[in-house]
Amino acid sequence: MSTVPIASDRVAAPALARRRSSAIGAQGKWPVLILFLPPALLLFTVFVFLPMGEAAWYSLYNWNGYSLPTQWVGLKNFELIFKNAAFRTALVNNGLIIVISICIQVPLAMWLATMVTKPIRGAVAFRLIFFLPYILADVAAGLIWRFVYDGQFGLVGSIWHAFGVDAPFWLADKNTAMAAVLGVIVWKYFGFHMMLFIAGLQAIDREVLEAAEIDGATGWQKFRLVTLPMLGSTVRLSLFFAVVGSLQLFDMIMPLTGAGPLNATQTMVTFLYTFGVMRMQVGFGSAVGVVLFVICVTLAFSYRRIFMRND
Amino acid sequence: MRYVHLTRRAILALGASLLVMGASSAFADSTIKWLHLETNPARLAAMQDVAKAYETAHPGVKVELQFLENEAFKAKLPTLLQSDDPPSLFYTWGGGVLKEQSQTGKIRALDAALDANNGEWRNELSQGAISAMTFDGKVWAAPFKSGVVSFWYNKELFKKAGVDGTAIHTWTDFTGAVQKLKDAGVTPLACGGGDKWPIHFYWSYLSMREAGQAGFDAAKAGQNGGFTAEPFIKAGQLLADLGKMNPCQDGWQGATWPETVPVFDDGRAAMLLGFENMATPTSQASNATDGKGLAQDNIGRFPFPTIEGGAGTITEDFGGINGWVVTAAAPPETEDFVKFLTNAANESKFVALGDLPVIKGADGAITDPTLKDVANQMAKATWHQNYVDQDLGPNVGRVVNDMSVAIFSGEVSPQDGSQQIEDAHSM
Repeated sequence: MSTVPIASDRVAAPALARRRSSAIGAQGKWPVLILFLPPALLLFTVFVFLPMGEAAWYSLYNWNGYSLPTQWVGLKNFELIFKNAAFRTALVNNGLIIVISICIQVPLAMWLATMVTKPIRGAVAFRLIFFLPYILADVAAGLIWRFVYDGQFGLVGSIWHAFGVDAPFWLADKNTAMAAVLGVIVWKYFGFHMMLFIAGLQAIDREVLEAAEIDGATGWQKFRLVTLPMLGSTVRLSLFFAVVGSLQLFDMIMPLTGAGPLNATQTMVTFLYTFGVMRMQVGFGSAVGVVLFVICVTLAFSYRRIFMRND
Repeated sequence: MRYVHLTRRAILALGASLLVMGASSAFADSTIKWLHLETNPARLAAMQDVAKAYETAHPGVKVELQFLENEAFKAKLPTLLQSDDPPSLFYTWGGGVLKEQSQTGKIRALDAALDANNGEWRNELSQGAISAMTFDGKVWAAPFKSGVVSFWYNKELFKKAGVDGTAIHTWTDFTGAVQKLKDAGVTPLACGGGDKWPIHFYWSYLSMREAGQAGFDAAKAGQNGGFTAEPFIKAGQLLADLGKMNPCQDGWQGATWPETVPVFDDGRAAMLLGFENMATPTSQASNATDGKGLAQDNIGRFPFPTIEGGAGTITEDFGGINGWVVTAAAPPETEDFVKFLTNAANESKFVALGDLPVIKGADGAITDPTLKDVANQMAKATWHQNYVDQDLGPNVGRVVNDMSVAIFSGEVSPQDGSQQIEDAHSM
């Protein structure tokens, strides 16, 4: 009585388990899929895929946004974009922002991160101070710096006037405006990169550094041969954010310079706004959006594939 | 079958509920949604007064004021008009933007309302103002104010430089005055290059003075090479030459209009090419850094000078004309409200605050001497050109603004600038 069921159980068990596991696989997945996929799929379709498709469609028309697009112009909008001097300026500026991020912002952030993770008094306070600009809204930062740079009533004006000379108007000069904007970008975002590096630094095993110390490594050697290689993935992530941030930059530029003077401080998104939205050129603006999308996707995916493969 | 049956029942139910709704709406409130961009508290208060007065006189009608900031208004309006909840009434500068809107079927022509009672409403308004709002033979907005752009100058600074403002009639007189002011260490002009459109005032006036009305209309119609015709290149050249004299305040290329007006009002620059109301005490007080501004007897005015050999005359004006547009979805009472808003009694409230009226009989309310002076010039006008950046539509208009600043700052040659405007215009 007792052996038979046990025996049959034993015989049946593996087959049953196999069947059950596959049954759980299918039956267990479907409710989850049915419950959780549609909302996300719907949202993604309505707010991401459809607009993207629509933008691609509109980009082939000369259209002012009223009723339906009817005037088919083929690839004319794209031709106009690449002929537009302001768009080339925007591309160069986006490149500049990336270069400045790599050459100044990230090294600065890393240096400060190594400083404020040292057990010095006040280090935590400095972390907070350096992080403050990042917390500020982009628009507010733009307005503040517009005032700071003002040569009449602003901080720059007061400093120059204190020495009895006429102050420069950096934001109003096409040769200096972009440099002034880059200064604000570094000021605004280095704190964010610093926080990334602080987290990265804290993840480094103290013992490795101690071992290096015992081996007689100098401070610079410890940084170059131990800290930096172990921060590799953080550096790559930080640069990734810098690249993406440069492509998104808009809300700080508008109050700061309005993308002027003479389009000197255009970025790709401000270009889209001033030439697409403000001029009611929805077709042209959509074409800019498509170009921006292609650039973003290409950059993001190739960066991840090439540099962040192992992270 | 069952499905059909159900839908039929549904339709019946829907029909019944619509009937009920229709019956009740005759008694229910209809709401006029009035979209404006007024930031001046005194004017906003006047608007609220008019709305309240109308509500009191017409029980069951509610007037709801909705606000959008200027740039946001321009960017958002097309979307709003095509949404389920469009405003009933919104602000317009006329010109190409209004024309584009008139072709969408989203706004209502006002002819029926204007012509009711033997054209009672139409006869109250100035013919020039109505024609500025007319496209394809229909009137698309109720005009309510107009204006002229002209030069305002600081008499004290002019005296210091030995310049007589009343003797400036031609462009040569004007550039001579600019040079004298510079020699005396005075900044001649307050320029708003950051907003760009303040510089398009110069380009537009110079083009008008060179081309004259016939030439300007021909360019708009695309004849004789459009905006690349000789007069427009010449106008660009004069603008570039003026720019070479470096006549503006430091940092003018970044200056927005609200930063530019105080440059004149504080006495930091001698001249401002600006709107009709720049010399009123209200405008001076609200724009000057010290909250007072220039004394009115210290401010002089002259119309934009003519150019020797140009086809334009001194009686040809450039300036704004504003109106109210009724949307297709607006409640039927909206036209009546607009008529109420723009009648002589209500218009006078805004005239008292500095508007120049387009309605007959409201100019008696002008008390400010400088505004009266401007109104006199307008009364003698033989041609009134709307702001070119409005007139040519949002796209070409912005190209005109860009090119005006680019030519003025020497960034783009007059030929290239004209070409770019024409390229955008002929697209």
